[in-house]
Amino acid sequence: MSHSTQSATVPHPAGHSTEEIRRDMRRYLIIGVALMIGTGMTVWASLIDFGSREINIVAALIIASAKGFLVAGFFMHLISEKKMIYAVLACTGFFFLALMYLTLLSMAHGSVIQIR
Amino acid sequence: MEIPYSVKPRPDTGLYNAKVGIWLFLASEVMLFGALFCSYILLRVNAPDGMWPHHWLNIWLGMTNTIVLIFSSVTVVLSWASLKMGQFKRYKLYQGVTILCALTFLCIKSYEYHDKFIHYEVILTDGRIADGHIEKGQTTADTVALLGWWPKDEAALMDPPMGHPVEKIEIPRKQIKTMENYGPWHNTYTAIYFVLTGLHALHVLAGAIVIFAIWGPLAKVWEQDPERYINRVEVSGLFWHFVDLVWIFLFPVLYLL
Repeated sequence: MSHSTQSATVPHPAGHSTEEIRRDMRRYLIIGVALMIGTGMTVWASLIDFGSREINIVAALIIASAKGFLVAGFFMHLISEKKMIYAVLACTGFFFLALMYLTLLSMAHGSVIQIR
Repeated sequence: MEIPYSVKPRPDTGLYNAKVGIWLFLASEVMLFGALFCSYILLRVNAPDGMWPHHWLNIWLGMTNTIVLIFSSVTVVLSWASLKMGQFKRYKLYQGVTILCALTFLCIKSYEYHDKFIHYEVILTDGRIADGHIEKGQTTADTVALLGWWPKDEAALMDPPMGHPVEKIEIPRKQIKTMENYGPWHNTYTAIYFVLTGLHALHVLAGAIVIFAIWGPLAKVWEQDPERYINRVEVSGLFWHFVDLVWIFLFPVLYLL
């Protein structure tokens, strides 16, 4: 490949200086480390006997949700995204929750509601 | 006629076309994986007592794959930031690592799949159960050779004790009632496992192909139109982070709980 230019004129997005981008890069590295620690915590929490499998499930889902927040919030920049993206995600969240509600509803009407 | 806002953001929304497009696509992906997660919940909750498998997957391989994907997410976002600073060589390096991570993930996943396809549950005519990996070199027309163990019943098979003894087992074919590997047809757990991870692996493959195309054959766009190139990297990166996000939930659900 011969496209190794370092000198292409790149417009920085409004309000993003080189120093700010460098600071963001350091933040990405810290979040990456936090995600890896979170992965270790997920495995560790799953190996603990809390006396009930439900607690293991809740612990794992809380850690996974925290990791998901870091990825979506910082890597996908959702903490500082445009309103239109939030609107799209709000619609998605609504239908996703409706899907989950229907799942729970079907379980409530069934004979088995205990997690095995 | 040139399509407006294919590179520059639209003034009222602050977004260029591809960014709106990828988020709408990701919204549909959330519903796709959401429906499959619901299927998983229903299958698990309605499984007969003690018949939902535990510890059937190698936690350490799953954890390695999780770390590989997280690492690749970091390199993707660093590559995008490098481009914003005009550092093309750094971008190439970071995205090269991303592609290697994607291949590593797929290799580990393939190994796990292969492990399930050579793993057999054998029910004998006298009711005993043998479970283990087939020894193809020692399996003949008359006998089946396994490296495995003898679970006392189906319930023991669902949650194998840690560190159970493994021995070489030779079973005459005449004594075999049924013999089935741990492919998607084995039970509802393997079915949902293969569907969820298979669909996810296809996403990893698709993402890797797109990232590779932008990184290699389409790299000339950087010299012609750097802003368009950065947008492409950003959009492919958003897809990649979503793939990582899905795996963050798949790993505990399938491997740990």
